[in-house]
Amino acid sequence: MDEIDRKIINTLQLGFPICSSPYRKVADPLGLSETELLSRLKALLDNGTLTRFGPLFHAEQMGGALTLAAVKAPAERFDEIAEIINAFPEVAHNYAREHTLNMWFVVATETPEQLRSALTEIERRTGLTVYDMPKIREYFVNLRLEA
Amino acid sequence: MIDFRDQQLLEAVQAGLPVCSRPYEAIGRQIAMPESEVISRLARLRQQGLIKRLGVIVKHKRLGYRANAMVVWNIPDRQVKALAFQISRFDFVTLCYQRPRRLPDWPYNLFCMIHGKDRSAVLQQLETLSDACGLANFERDILFSRRCFKQRGALYSTPTAPVLAYG
Repeated sequence: MDEIDRKIINTLQLGFPICSSPYRKVADPLGLSETELLSRLKALLDNGTLTRFGPLFHAEQMGGALTLAAVKAPAERFDEIAEIINAFPEVAHNYAREHTLNMWFVVATETPEQLRSALTEIERRTGLTVYDMPKIREYFVNLRLEA
Repeated sequence: MIDFRDQQLLEAVQAGLPVCSRPYEAIGRQIAMPESEVISRLARLRQQGLIKRLGVIVKHKRLGYRANAMVVWNIPDRQVKALAFQISRFDFVTLCYQRPRRLPDWPYNLFCMIHGKDRSAVLQQLETLSDACGLANFERDILFSRRCFKQRGALYSTPTAPVLAYG
């Protein structure tokens, strides 16, 4: 990744134009040709620097349901619990964190009913209490990080 | 409200925009929609807030951000809003949410994510934040991530309802 790649990433994290030739519109102020921008973007996606290029949806407005949940996984069952939880297609991310609540995961479903039943099923299969912490209010989401 | 054609369009774009000269035309071809209509519908969906943003999702680690901590505070409910807005002004804070306490085990109601090049950078940023926003006297915990077991692409989809699956 060189200086130009960094500029491309920082620019695209700000947003992407909705118009007929959006890549050209992004390329121009960077002093790049559209072709060069496209080939650099493909390389950044291929090598995994960028995971995705597209829209972020507003889950609740789309009718979907989303929560952050956590469990206290006993050390001796940690890997087993991770495996059980990760096997749920409704689980989007799962992180081990340093706390007695040591496994934190995001669950997303189409409807609130499906969300409740996924959490119940996770409790049943792991035998652990699931701490359900859906957002009350979102103050800030900025997935941008300077490259 | 969104109609059936919006649904089709959202499903077509959610896997990612094609990296080609006319990406919206390419999307339109998949669902038999003219480019101009793709553009006008997407612009409306973004304006309505159903699409929060259109852009790239970076892999934090690839950019050198090797440490991330979920930092949580127990803040009196009436003060949460004002403090959350202050916290959100710092560019190393990527998320800031109010969530329910789960007493007695979990007294915290304000959740932030802080990314840094390493742990000491995260802790230093946290101190900056804490001093600037006057957070020192609130009960707090720092949950560094140890391992990421699963990180699916940001989206979850079915034929009827694409939803955001980002924490």
